[in-house]
Amino acid sequence: MHYFILRRLSHGLLILLGVSFLTFFIINQAPGDYLDRYRLDPQIPKHWIEEEEERLGLDKPWIVTYFLWLKGIVTHLNFGKSFQYKEPVFEILKGRVLNTLLLSFCSIVFAWVVAIPLGIMAGHLQYSWFDKGSSVVAFVGLSIPNVFLALLAIYFAAQTGWFPTGEMRDNVHWDGFTRWQKFLDVAHHLVLPTLVLGTAMTAELMRQMRGQLLDVLRADYIRTARAKGVSERALLFKHAVRNAINPLITLFGFSLASLLSGSVLVEQVTSYPGLGRLTVRALFDQDIYLVMASVLVATTMLILGNLMADILLAWSDPRIKIEDSLTE
Amino acid sequence: MSEPTQDPPAPDAPKSPWRIVMGRLLRNRFALLGGMILGVLYLSAIFANFFSPYDPETSSDTTHHPPHHIRFVDQEGKFHLRPFIYRYAMTDLLRRAYGVDTSERYPIQFFVQGEPYRLLGLFETRRRLFGVGGGDQAGVRIYLLGSDWNGRDLFSRVLHGGRISLSIGLIGIMITMSLGMLVGGISGYFAGWVDLVMMRVVELLMSIPGLYLILALRAGLSGDSPFLHWLFRLEEGEHLGSGQIYLLIVAILGLVGWGGTARVIRGQVLAVKELDYVRAARSLGASHLRIIIRHLLPNTFTYVIVSATLAVPAYILGEVALSFLGVGIEEPTPSWGLMLHDGQTLHTLTSAPWILVPGVFIFVTVFAFNFLGDGLRDALDPKAVE
Repeated sequence: MHYFILRRLSHGLLILLGVSFLTFFIINQAPGDYLDRYRLDPQIPKHWIEEEEERLGLDKPWIVTYFLWLKGIVTHLNFGKSFQYKEPVFEILKGRVLNTLLLSFCSIVFAWVVAIPLGIMAGHLQYSWFDKGSSVVAFVGLSIPNVFLALLAIYFAAQTGWFPTGEMRDNVHWDGFTRWQKFLDVAHHLVLPTLVLGTAMTAELMRQMRGQLLDVLRADYIRTARAKGVSERALLFKHAVRNAINPLITLFGFSLASLLSGSVLVEQVTSYPGLGRLTVRALFDQDIYLVMASVLVATTMLILGNLMADILLAWSDPRIKIEDSLTE
Repeated sequence: MSEPTQDPPAPDAPKSPWRIVMGRLLRNRFALLGGMILGVLYLSAIFANFFSPYDPETSSDTTHHPPHHIRFVDQEGKFHLRPFIYRYAMTDLLRRAYGVDTSERYPIQFFVQGEPYRLLGLFETRRRLFGVGGGDQAGVRIYLLGSDWNGRDLFSRVLHGGRISLSIGLIGIMITMSLGMLVGGISGYFAGWVDLVMMRVVELLMSIPGLYLILALRAGLSGDSPFLHWLFRLEEGEHLGSGQIYLLIVAILGLVGWGGTARVIRGQVLAVKELDYVRAARSLGASHLRIIIRHLLPNTFTYVIVSATLAVPAYILGEVALSFLGVGIEEPTPSWGLMLHDGQTLHTLTSAPWILVPGVFIFVTVFAFNFLGDGLRDALDPKAVE
């Protein structure tokens, strides 16, 4: 088990190395750099620009800068400074990453809590009105684009006044809040982004849960259990659901990727201070090291998420031995 | 369809696989519905300038005009067979509020003369499906879905935007699938170090969250990058035209998603490449390329068709995301994502919510593709019970 995790982590490091090289190469295809807007300004002295160029390493070819950047990481764990904010990139990212993680976590919890019971019900009552209705709703949830849903949510919030129309907290009154009020305030701000981001995942999970359950219910051992007189209730929850839920855990890893992509748009619409919005800004500003760091962080989240899904699967399904996958 | 001269088929005559699949598909009401919706959407995009009353880029001073009520009964309660609209006059310049002016009826007429355009890019004509009688003289424009911040007709813009959004899906998926089949086929067939290298590249591409990769690519390939200048043969200081931006976006979207396809195709090729018929082809001296294309890849068509149909929405949404974030299609060309971008300002969103209408079109398109893809999957499933 430990060996497996170690192996996966070192593999992940290699991937991160490759991703960093690829990203660095791609964003350096763009002409010009961060200092362009200062060059256009006649009030800024030329020597300042030259000094800045040298300080930021913009006068060297990209491959040299890349290896200097890499060297900084290996020797000092220094991921570079943001040009825009003049701070080490991780200082800026820290809060943003936590915010995005919080949003993603809430969406995942929301999706599982809603989707699993509904999926079980739909599978149990196959072809009933509930089943048909929920599958149409799932189709709608799967098809509604994040951007559109987020805009609708903001419109709803603005019309009813029930929810804030953006940001993550009440910036005006924040300092006067007690700890409990702060918690409630953030929760209040999180409701709409969570619902928007979680909708597609809920729909997908629900459909999968229903499908898996129906597959399992057709299995021979279910008939055996029924024949020996297990109650319908125990049959459903002890025998069927336990087995049907395992493939969904694998889905968890996949859903992380779409969550991260989806959150970029949701954060943009709801002006939620997360990683996605920061990355979009940084890309426009050609704030290279900040872009690098956020792409790496997003990739790391994805890798860790997939690893977590594998470990969870091994834990929930005793038939899967994690050592086996060493010989893949 | 059987020829009338043929004998009637025996009741248990074997059906060709495609007949079976088509039969199943036609019996699936949801898939049929999806297919029909898509047919209507694509037709309306192809004939966009005939169906739309105005040019999508013509602006007017009626900004953020609400959608018109199509009326049959006038103010005095009199019924008219021909539908008509009333003029909306601006009552509050500051808040851009409109009031209905019932003094005169403007009948809706069909096959009217409007702004000139080229039908299908070929025939010069002015004929448009509908318009307002005497509208041009009185300065009255009909807004079925309202107008945007520049006074442009949203209905016309949505139809024209569909051209971009809908075609990006199809072209993008074609690029992805061809790349995926090629890489997957080569990787699975040759195995060894070719396979190793290709699969590592795939792994790399798949470990970056999609939108981050797309955005990075778009940032790297922005307007004046030397590579694009070389590619499009641009002069110094020249910027990308709208057609070139369109190509760029399709290419980026198509280049991002092929990893997953390549992986699955590789697995399927691995499974069949040692079968007798492939060995036979090899011993008969067929070239590698011929074996891959003629003998191996056809095995994967079922998978490709289903996954392509289900993946088209991802490309449409990719364009929406890019344009929405302001790095996709550029004004004044309409695209669904760019049109949604206007909803970003809270004031516009609350005072003119009809600008969200492109979202409905995106939703319906994605919905229809999902229905059709789901139906196709069931119909092509060899394990399905008749």
